[in-house]
Amino acid sequence: MRGDIVIAGVGHTAHGKLPDRSTTSMNVEACRKALADAGVEKGMVDGLFVKYPTSQHRSMYGQIVAEALGIQPRIGGVWDQGGATNISMISFAAMAIEQGQCEVALVTIADNPRTGTRQAYERAWGEDDVYGWFGTPAGYAMIARRHMEEFGTTHEQLGAIAVAARRHGANNPDAQLRKPLTLEEYAVSRPVVEPLRRDDCCLISDGGAAVVVMSAERARSLKVDAAVPILGFGQGQTSWEVAQRPSLTETAAAVSGRTAFEMAGLAPKDIQVAQLYDCFTITPLMTLEDYGFCAKGEGGRFVEDGAIEIGGALPVNTSGGLLSETGMPGMQLVIEGVRQIRGTSTNQVPGATTSLVSNQGGIMHTHSTLILGA
Amino acid sequence: MSEMPEPGITPVNQPFWTALERGELTFQRCGSCGGAWLPAREECPRCLAAEPGWEVASGRGRIISWVVYHHAAHPGFADRLPYNVAVVELDEGPRLITNILADEGDLGIELPVVVRIEREATFSLPRFSLA
Repeated sequence: MRGDIVIAGVGHTAHGKLPDRSTTSMNVEACRKALADAGVEKGMVDGLFVKYPTSQHRSMYGQIVAEALGIQPRIGGVWDQGGATNISMISFAAMAIEQGQCEVALVTIADNPRTGTRQAYERAWGEDDVYGWFGTPAGYAMIARRHMEEFGTTHEQLGAIAVAARRHGANNPDAQLRKPLTLEEYAVSRPVVEPLRRDDCCLISDGGAAVVVMSAERARSLKVDAAVPILGFGQGQTSWEVAQRPSLTETAAAVSGRTAFEMAGLAPKDIQVAQLYDCFTITPLMTLEDYGFCAKGEGGRFVEDGAIEIGGALPVNTSGGLLSETGMPGMQLVIEGVRQIRGTSTNQVPGATTSLVSNQGGIMHTHSTLILGA
Repeated sequence: MSEMPEPGITPVNQPFWTALERGELTFQRCGSCGGAWLPAREECPRCLAAEPGWEVASGRGRIISWVVYHHAAHPGFADRLPYNVAVVELDEGPRLITNILADEGDLGIELPVVVRIEREATFSLPRFSLA
């Protein structure tokens, strides 16, 4: 099904503090903009895939959003795979379209941990709060420490990921944090949970984002302006919590990436620009390894010296990623991946014809991969 | 001092906490396939048999990784900052979250550790010191 399904439209709200906006309202705004971008009437939508909001989880939330949109989808609902959810939902929408279960799907997310509650991110994991084991950053710090000790990965190499994202975000008028960061500033960033520092951690943001998915054939018949073909997708998961995981330094990105590359008939060397989920700096570094852009343990050296900045060997997170554009998990990376193929990014890689996006969730529990192409 | 979290003791994990009270670190071993694990559960995650038994650990293990908190996510830990949390793998195989009773500068992956059971206000915790 390589190239048979397209992303026909994208839309998003502002990023940052959006007090007094409900997640339902932000989903509607994102969907309205995505439909307008595709030039599609909402009455054509018969699939609706919604990420659960972490800050305000309600049962049957998919139906709440459908009601607010005034649509009666044939297929849809709420999916929970943490930050990997968005690309996974795009994959399920693509499969549903291929199987004739729906024709035009909206895939949407909205959340408000910034002005709402971020309790979901700060809770204890499992029964180990008695040891002081709390929060999402600590899980990533545990993985980062192991990687640093095992492979010699340095703070400066983690910092190179933050510096690249902040440089790209500074050039993105929609980014929540537009202040560039130097390696010197990164070096004195305060520790949060060592080895992670403040500037290793993504933003916390309110916002919504959505995409319209349909067949390439349908997009042609509707004369969609800038449909971007989906060349490949994949997913991977581990069930083990950090403490029980047999290896802390290998992730489900490996199987997810392999699945997506096989479907696309491409290899890492064919990818011209990548949006890699950067909830913490260690995540894209390990994703590059697990996808095969470099060998395991070489991720630190891969990202040094501007190699992942615009103009480098593989520009990564060209809209600023979760570290700079918005901390809202994942869909903005898909939208930037689409912009790179359309040629409309504010940090455009000239003539990009292959664009890769990763999403991941939990503490590297879940992973999903999307490869887009011209 | 703020109230500290307490273990969520259930019928399934109670033997673990009771053993600590008498100074023993225990883990579960499957009566069917011999798999060993923590934390307590009803079925073996390897063969799914519902025959878990309890075994006393040697108390020896090694550090898999560790972190150091500089920010208290729970007010009860504010006066312990900075404090470490580590993953330790027991010689028998199970892994657990714990604290290492050592200076941060002395920690390293794969370093051998031995259990030191410490009394908290209303329960006991298995922490580790460098061997």
